[in-house]
Amino acid sequence: MQPFRFDLCELPGETEGLRQEIRAFLAEELKQIPKVTRAQTWSGSDPEFSRKMGAKGWIGMTWPKQYGGHERSFFDRYVMLEEMLAAGAPVGAHWIGDRQSGPLLLRFGTEEQRQKILPRVAKGECYFCIGMSEPDSGSDLAATRTRAEKVDGGYRVNGTKLWTSGAHTAHYMIALFRTDFAAEAKHSGLTQFLVDLKNTDGITIRPIKDLAGNAHFNEVVFEDAFVPDNMLVGTEGSGWGQVTAELAFERSGPERYLSSFILMVEMIRELEKRGGEEGAREIGRLVAHLVTLRQMSLSVAGMLEKGENPALEASVVKDLGAIFEQDMPVRAHELLGIAPGIGTGNDYEDVLGYLTQTVPSFSLRGGTREILRGIIARGLGLR
Amino acid sequence: MNELQTILSDSVNGLLAERVTKALVQKAEEGDFPTALWNEVEANGLTRVLVPESQGGAGGTWADAAIVLKAAGEHVAPLPLADALLANWFLVQAGIEVPDGVTTLLDGAFTLEGGKLSGEASGVPYGRNAAHGVAIVKGEVVLVPLEGAAIEPGLNVAREPRDRVVLKGAEATAKKTALPENAMKLYGALIRACQMAGALGYLSSQSVAYANERTQFGKPIGKFQAIQQQLAVLSTQAAACGVVTDHACAQVDKRGAEAAFEIAVAKIRVDDASSIATSIAHQVHGAIGFTYEHGLHFATRRLWSWRAEFGAGSEWATMLGRETIAAGADALWPNVTAR
Repeated sequence: MQPFRFDLCELPGETEGLRQEIRAFLAEELKQIPKVTRAQTWSGSDPEFSRKMGAKGWIGMTWPKQYGGHERSFFDRYVMLEEMLAAGAPVGAHWIGDRQSGPLLLRFGTEEQRQKILPRVAKGECYFCIGMSEPDSGSDLAATRTRAEKVDGGYRVNGTKLWTSGAHTAHYMIALFRTDFAAEAKHSGLTQFLVDLKNTDGITIRPIKDLAGNAHFNEVVFEDAFVPDNMLVGTEGSGWGQVTAELAFERSGPERYLSSFILMVEMIRELEKRGGEEGAREIGRLVAHLVTLRQMSLSVAGMLEKGENPALEASVVKDLGAIFEQDMPVRAHELLGIAPGIGTGNDYEDVLGYLTQTVPSFSLRGGTREILRGIIARGLGLR
Repeated sequence: MNELQTILSDSVNGLLAERVTKALVQKAEEGDFPTALWNEVEANGLTRVLVPESQGGAGGTWADAAIVLKAAGEHVAPLPLADALLANWFLVQAGIEVPDGVTTLLDGAFTLEGGKLSGEASGVPYGRNAAHGVAIVKGEVVLVPLEGAAIEPGLNVAREPRDRVVLKGAEATAKKTALPENAMKLYGALIRACQMAGALGYLSSQSVAYANERTQFGKPIGKFQAIQQQLAVLSTQAAACGVVTDHACAQVDKRGAEAAFEIAVAKIRVDDASSIATSIAHQVHGAIGFTYEHGLHFATRRLWSWRAEFGAGSEWATMLGRETIAAGADALWPNVTAR
């Protein structure tokens, strides 16, 4: 028997109004944004755009109103997400706060933390980054070494977080630190903290250029940085369990199969120009995979709406989704044979140029392909 | 699952799990049609899931039928269960009474003149065992007894009968329907896709079970990461096929032949998955899975046959791609989300 279940989930008819409203909004807002910028979609940061989305009520959509949320359904949120991604909206600034840090604080945060921070997140004014990976702790997350030592009134933090996306623009980091240094406390010695990146001494954020020359991830060094007691999230020593729950949010969304969607659209545009049958079979295959992934992704959304934990199902969709996303530049190359470009002004060439260089990260970020398949294998009863 | 679906699932899975033994499938491959099992399948109403209750059926939907179709694939039942289920649904669409016995699908070139059917079809599932055939001729559903038909036996690589059936002026019952011209191929693709999804689920669970049993280097091979990673891939492919076939059936229930889009999507996706999954299942099973003695091949040989029946994935993909390109780049997302 398969350990995971994907029940069909149909979006309720009432989400259609929202979808049309978002499309009209995007048609106006994205008019001046070139396709290559849109290709960054949830990696592209645009605070002004985030504030507009906040004003529309499209951040924190499912959160309680008392924390600035809008108490809408997971289906409304799903429609918002997929419309933003398909259009290539620059949603990166608020993405992590909306997707996982907000829900984490709702679940484990103190009342003070929620009241102080969540309404600002929902307005599109307050951004988050995730401090998990370290130089010696990537896939082996429990090997986290950054130390948070108890001192009067808080914790003194020393160590380095690495590959922290958006740390240079974020207001807060949700950081996983080690609070118990005993060898046997590998998992039980971890604790999550809220770190105020804008108002804490002893934190150095150094951007790291990726292979394409873009700097969206960072090295974050803590040198005797002081984090007060009231910034601890959840309970001391429960960091591992909390992070695991958080990763289900991180892996469950439509961004895990739509990151290259814009290239698929531009491929079709090129084929339209050429006319005839060329590329029809390849495009048909891509459509079939796209539709299948969307149904799987919707099924996960249905589980979230029902309050179920889709951790395993989310890993399945992320693994299949990354294959689809990464395959896109390969298919484009095989089909059209046009060289990827930088700054050519030709939409197809520039989008292909950006994505060809970016897709290797799609099966690294948010859990590598091998880690996800390990989780699936555990679900199958093999580990 | 609703109540009917639970009953159907228990009934079909219970019956086939118990009765479709390796010996029975082997005998079927040697040409011994399992008549007793067929009679039980019929007695349990499994070929009449889509027939209204007033005509002795279950009055089910395609979502209900998917359960039976997947079970037929999962248990490698050597019967034209899926074919008969579809043939009976065609008859219901035309208001023709559903006969007992084996009814198969005639996907070929036929002409109908004065109530007499002439022409031929090749690759007819279990043609030699069928009492009746159902063809679609210019929108008319045609029921024809196969007693006097000339039948040339043939096999697919799963050794399922795929016969050539020639009819010359055979007495037939024909009625007009609203079915599209390509209904045979379209719905044929749907039933095969569902059977394939079932067979893929079997490949996944069987391969995991084998990896947990087989010991090498002092431990079950399923403890090796190289094997775990492969089995994870196999299971995700099977999961994708489960969803996409459920989706196609649900859309047929909702919008009839307009769900041609979802049927094409399902057949393409399942075809792709079957190539990946059969390869992994055999690799994990090693040499034993390559023997006739081991039953793995009953499922893999079916997948290799079925993926090309009623239009291979590539054929459906060409059609779907042509429509997608013709509709234009900016229509893709609205079209995908409108369904």
